[in-house]
Amino acid sequence: MKLKYIVPLLAFFGLAVLLAKGLTLDPKAIPSTRINKPAPSFELPVLSNANEKFRPEDLKGQRWVLNVWASWCVSCRYEHPILNDMARAGLAPIVGLNYKDQDDEAAQWLAERGDPYYKAVTDNSGRVGIDWGVVAVPETFIIDEQGNVIYKHTGPITRELVNSEMIPLLSVNNQ
Amino acid sequence: MKHLFYTFALLLSLLVFPSDSTASIEVVEFDTASQEQRYRELIQELRCLVCQNQNLAGSDAPLAKDLREIAAKMIQRGDSDADIKTFMRSRYGDFVLYEPPFNWSTAFLWLGPFILLLLVVIGLVLNIRRRQQEELFKPTHATNDADQIKVRNLMRDTPSLKPNESEKPKR
Repeated sequence: MKLKYIVPLLAFFGLAVLLAKGLTLDPKAIPSTRINKPAPSFELPVLSNANEKFRPEDLKGQRWVLNVWASWCVSCRYEHPILNDMARAGLAPIVGLNYKDQDDEAAQWLAERGDPYYKAVTDNSGRVGIDWGVVAVPETFIIDEQGNVIYKHTGPITRELVNSEMIPLLSVNNQ
Repeated sequence: MKHLFYTFALLLSLLVFPSDSTASIEVVEFDTASQEQRYRELIQELRCLVCQNQNLAGSDAPLAKDLREIAAKMIQRGDSDADIKTFMRSRYGDFVLYEPPFNWSTAFLWLGPFILLLLVVIGLVLNIRRRQQEELFKPTHATNDADQIKVRNLMRDTPSLKPNESEKPKR
């Protein structure tokens, strides 16, 4: 007889716990399929000099950062000073993938806000972005010495994130 | 009353003329009708990653447009539906498919409703059996309400008449 009252109560709490867990999940954070897999290759023109081409293979043998950004992207403004600081600290080369942007507007953005990029490359069509599984800018990847993607962050990076997650992965470079 | 009528008419018109979610997308030319049919079905099944609750067919997002273009090109050059889904999944994961594939993380999603149904059926069967048992011990021989109440009152003061509980009298 007691079971009759306990079972619905347990079912209710079970459901409540399940739904509470669901509230803490971020539906925008789509797990990357590229983690621990070879970084998708590409060859793209460099923003400042369209005759120069960049390929991920050029940076093989060290850890580097790929930052996807665009001049039309609002939240890129928030992370830009952090990227500048990272570049100044010389942790690792940061490659900027300029996603679905106009070259002149992108160049103006870098002139105004500082250029943290080792190379800024232009992906005007967004096709390279699709190969990397980019959904919305900004997104930030870390690629290891063998050319595998080992880290991905969707959305603007924060100082806490750089300190707690990115620096430990990148400090391997200086050892 | 008039209000009610207009509301009803409006609701009915929504049923009869549903808005077409695929109206805004660009026209793609295919060599054969079957290719076009496959394209239409594929972009219904693939999710727009940006807006998430829309499929590629119904989304205006630039990324959705690019992915539609890729799907169309792949169909035109003779790739199968599986090839196109593999292309999308290798980039965006299972999330890009509106119908998630069956694996360990989706097992509960797929089997949950059946497990729930099974539990409800078991509960129902047990409940019906218990009621049938109780029916046997009901004072059914009394013909009028007053007698039934009298019998119930008598039974309240006695140990339970159920055979399995009769060994342990209360108090």
